[in-house]
Amino acid sequence: MHAFREIPCESITRTIRELFIRANTELPRDVLAAVESAAHAEKDALARYSLDMIVENAGIAGKEGLPLCQDTGLAVVFVELGQDVHVVGGNLNEAIQRGVKEAYHHGHLRKSVCDPLSRTNTRDNTPAIIHVDIVGGDRLRLIAMPKGGGSENMSASTMLVPAEGREGIKKFVVDRVAHAGPNPCPPIIVGIGIGGSLDQSAVLAKKALLRPLGQPHPDDERVAALEREILEEVNALGIGPHGYGGDTTALAVHVEMMPCHIASLPVTVNIQCHVARHAEAVI
Amino acid sequence: MKHMLEIRTPLTADVCRRLRAGDLVALSGEVFTGRDVAHRRLYEAAQRGETLPVTLDGAVMFYAAPTPTPPGRVIGSVGPTTSGRMDAYTPKLLEMGLRGMIGKGGRSLVVREAIAHYGAVYFGAMGGVAAHLSQWVREAGVIAYEDLGTEAMMRLVVERFPLVVLIDAEGGDFYEEILNRRRNQKQEEKQEQKY
Repeated sequence: MHAFREIPCESITRTIRELFIRANTELPRDVLAAVESAAHAEKDALARYSLDMIVENAGIAGKEGLPLCQDTGLAVVFVELGQDVHVVGGNLNEAIQRGVKEAYHHGHLRKSVCDPLSRTNTRDNTPAIIHVDIVGGDRLRLIAMPKGGGSENMSASTMLVPAEGREGIKKFVVDRVAHAGPNPCPPIIVGIGIGGSLDQSAVLAKKALLRPLGQPHPDDERVAALEREILEEVNALGIGPHGYGGDTTALAVHVEMMPCHIASLPVTVNIQCHVARHAEAVI
Repeated sequence: MKHMLEIRTPLTADVCRRLRAGDLVALSGEVFTGRDVAHRRLYEAAQRGETLPVTLDGAVMFYAAPTPTPPGRVIGSVGPTTSGRMDAYTPKLLEMGLRGMIGKGGRSLVVREAIAHYGAVYFGAMGGVAAHLSQWVREAGVIAYEDLGTEAMMRLVVERFPLVVLIDAEGGDFYEEILNRRRNQKQEEKQEQKY
């Protein structure tokens, strides 16, 4: 008989709590390295100063245990659930939601979730947005991604006509970044989802933001080339760090792609501010 | 880089007139925080002719909602939110005497014209460096709309808070100047390639 591995809800809640506190106070090393290298490359004094502030901020936040940004985000959780895992002692969704509540309460993180119409705050930063993928194995991988509102607001989905093709995709993304200007807290990371359906392109775009900075698309050179070309065009816009001008409007462009309907070309651009927070654990 | 100009609140028309888009400023004194819902409330109260919970004359509004204050600290992390969402309410508040705003991102043409009309200033604070910015806050406390929780209005006392003038009292717009500068550079490069 096939053996299941039991994972108690308690440990899921505890892990989610730790991940959201860590993600909100520690800037990932790849992001820090990308900002430092951009600061070296910038010719403009104000752009260099702006990037240095980001590096200093990460130092202060890490040392004092303070949130990197006052917008500690909507809690997005990516779950990779091994099909041989048996979650015991409760319900997976509730265990994650409880972990988010505890993180935002005990970690002194801002509660930034409200009813869309009345704008009344839910006061505990739930509900979290949870994406679950069923995978092989008996492990549970949890990725916590606090997502700021300013950059999310500058994101967009579209259904292009297939004839618009590669150039249409580039134009949509670059126009979107130009339109966003200083609003999403540049230098940004541009996550792009191409293909799938309307909803799947948005999930791909968000997952693209989780790839370590500086790594091109691993197995499709066409996609890696698209990433390079869009990054070059975006940085030629001159928006610069915080919109104060410079050559660093984006730190990276990441594209994820999958097949789509013969009639469609779905594209989503998900913009991420320079406080590109995510933390993960495997149970 | 430019020298930082020291200014204090309450802001006077005279001080505002001397500031130019792109100037770096160190601001000291009292500022109020307020964002989406607080703005809607202030606006609606002003429309009804009610007395506002804060005096806006010469005041500076910081579009911000800090993280909860951890034990032993003055304030949590604090930084600007996107200002454009407050555009619909801003001309009315400028009419009520508001003289300075701190945020990030562009403003509507209507707001830019209102800033010039009332001789006010729109300052930019850097986004996403809120642990850093919290170091310049000396006092913090809720002053109005406590029921809003995260979005309640606070009174802060700041010392040498680092800012950039984004829109000046004559309507000069720093973001626009940056992009114009880039456009001109590109045109010059094209010209050079031709010859």
